[in-house]
Amino acid sequence: MNDQRKNVVLAKLIEKFGGDVVSTHSDFGDDTALVRRERILEICAFLRDDADCRFDFAMDLTGVDYLGETPRFEVVYHLYSLKNRQRVRIKVRLHEEDPEIDSVVPVWPGINWYEREAYDMYGIIFRNHPNLKRILLYDEFVGHPLRKDYPKTKRQPTLGPQE
Amino acid sequence: MADIVNKNITGGKLDMQAEPVILNIGPSHPATHATLRFVAELDGETLLKLTPEFGYLHRGFEKESENATWTQVIPYTDRLNYVSPLMNNVGYAMAVEKLCGIEITERSKYIRVLISEISRIIDHMVCIGTNMVDLGALTNFWYFWKPREEAYMQLIEPLCGQRLTTAYTRVGGAMWDLPEGWVETCRGVVKNSFLPAIKDVNALLTKNRIFIDRTMGVGKISKSDAIAMGFTGPCLRAAGVPLDLRKDEPYLVYDRFDFDVPVGEQGDTCDRYMVRMEEMRQSIRIIEQALDQMPGGPVNIDDTRYVLPDKTLVYTTIEALMQHFKLIMEGVQVPAGEVYSATEAANGELGYYIVSRGGKGPYKIKVRPPCFPLFQGMPLLCEGQMLADLIATLGSVNIIAGELDR
Amino acid sequence: MAVEKKAQGGGYALSTLDSMIAWGRKYSIYPFTFATACCGIEVMGAFGTHYDLSRFGAEVVRFSPRQADLLLVAGTINYKMAPVLVRIYEQMLEPKWVVAMGACASSGGFYNNYTVLQGIDKVIPVDVYIPGCPPNPEGIIDAVVALQKMMETGAPRASERWPIKI
Repeated sequence: MNDQRKNVVLAKLIEKFGGDVVSTHSDFGDDTALVRRERILEICAFLRDDADCRFDFAMDLTGVDYLGETPRFEVVYHLYSLKNRQRVRIKVRLHEEDPEIDSVVPVWPGINWYEREAYDMYGIIFRNHPNLKRILLYDEFVGHPLRKDYPKTKRQPTLGPQE
Repeated sequence: MADIVNKNITGGKLDMQAEPVILNIGPSHPATHATLRFVAELDGETLLKLTPEFGYLHRGFEKESENATWTQVIPYTDRLNYVSPLMNNVGYAMAVEKLCGIEITERSKYIRVLISEISRIIDHMVCIGTNMVDLGALTNFWYFWKPREEAYMQLIEPLCGQRLTTAYTRVGGAMWDLPEGWVETCRGVVKNSFLPAIKDVNALLTKNRIFIDRTMGVGKISKSDAIAMGFTGPCLRAAGVPLDLRKDEPYLVYDRFDFDVPVGEQGDTCDRYMVRMEEMRQSIRIIEQALDQMPGGPVNIDDTRYVLPDKTLVYTTIEALMQHFKLIMEGVQVPAGEVYSATEAANGELGYYIVSRGGKGPYKIKVRPPCFPLFQGMPLLCEGQMLADLIATLGSVNIIAGELDR
Repeated sequence: MAVEKKAQGGGYALSTLDSMIAWGRKYSIYPFTFATACCGIEVMGAFGTHYDLSRFGAEVVRFSPRQADLLLVAGTINYKMAPVLVRIYEQMLEPKWVVAMGACASSGGFYNNYTVLQGIDKVIPVDVYIPGCPPNPEGIIDAVVALQKMMETGAPRASERWPIKI
């Protein structure tokens, strides 16, 4: 693949956003950067527009619940560049008490539903999201099932025997 | 036809001087392939606004996999894209192997390429078949269903034991090797079933006046819109973007084969159909080359941290017995870390993001379904067109609810 | 033409007229395939050319519950879909039969979590259960034949003894 470009993206990120980039690594061949949430919109816009980066595809967004650690939640973005044929992963940690982060829908319109799913499953709130509602579960559901403290078999049946 | 309608919409005037009608389509509707729902605001027959809704097949794949061992997740992955389940198995096994840092044997790689391409062909057959049923052309469905049955009965069932939910690949290889005579049967099925069916459906549809009228110009999307919405797969290639992970980030042994990637121009339903038909022919090329180049050797790697040792050794040596015991009782031990691994599934990029903390099972698995951005892009494809165009477009975009809802 | 008085809640149909009606019904079942997941693909296989279900009369698939008499539930039903299923069931006219196809519809399958209904018999009455994940199309044929036997002997339908009072 592009060995010499391997850490160009990470180097440029550190160069431009210095203090906001907490750490980077390339374990298992995946370039990863852990950033702070304050300037996430600018970071994403930079990644999309900069000539060396050109990450025009937002492939995936998900949340992870590291129960027991602080900060507890993590939002993970996977990006792909069509021109340079490379990938990068951006991670942001959020505290349990205020799991809020700016929505990056202005940068990639396609990430809209991914953010809704992260809200539905983890309760992560995306500020300025055009339509932050539940997407996979029914509206009457209470709670966020993919959190580690939600028991797997705790049911909230709409019909049938109330267990 | 679409131009006249569009003019009325952009002119800011409703076609008929009345309020728009809100119509609920689904979730139990023959054309929505089950469990998809649209709330459509209609002005006469023209769609003003479309709101898709899904989640009617949400089965909790991620929550279940957090409570399962690494090998127990494999049956759950079959049920994601249930028309081409072998590709999901391959994708998951590749992701875990990337995390473990192991390299599988040559024979295993060729077998995985073979089963992926067969799955791609049967997926495209379902897509085109059901799409045409929605438009009223039922014959193509039967023409494509017979080769699918042949693939199930003569190829997949002798190989995996199951027709549909295969669970064939394992971390480090596969369940078992190809049975005797499978290679010849595969050649026979490809030549006598797949190729004639593709030829027949091509003869029925590609130059058919009715088909062209119903699908050309319907559900168009531009290149930049497709990229912005995150489309991948045949829908993206139909819009003109030549992105195919088999060529751009070759995995397994795809770089050893000679095949082309069809790219469309307009991004409409007709282009998606043409791209899929051509992809089936290219998959047949790959299958033939893979069958010719198939090496011998073992199908599982020799590493007993991941693969069960041979049964005769288990019964005769103490080391193999202990390794067998450890693997059965504790499962595969995967190192801690996180990895994202993507393959080119039939519908687009199927990505697995796996977070591991050591231990017997994954800490988190996220599947990036190829249908997710496609379904999100449905309003973009359909607004401003007629209700019947929505049905034609929905079939061509190939939404599989098992994958969409997970 | 002996006519047996029907016992409370069903009995045996012994009159010639009843057996003629049963003969007509069993060879012209109109299925409504409520196919949600993987079992739906095997349903399509059952209606296909190799495992031809029209040999048994169940050929005409009706996509409206008002016109069907067999509700073939194929696939996982979760709590979001359950109200839809019950609505479809209530829209069907008597006499109606329900077949739960596959492990997920019979008992939730291997999904035991916050979102999956553990068997459709928790919300609607079921006549025939087909085990398998997914069952072979031959399993569907088996279920249709069993249903035909039930119609022939005048066995009480599940909807007549619903809700079950234990």
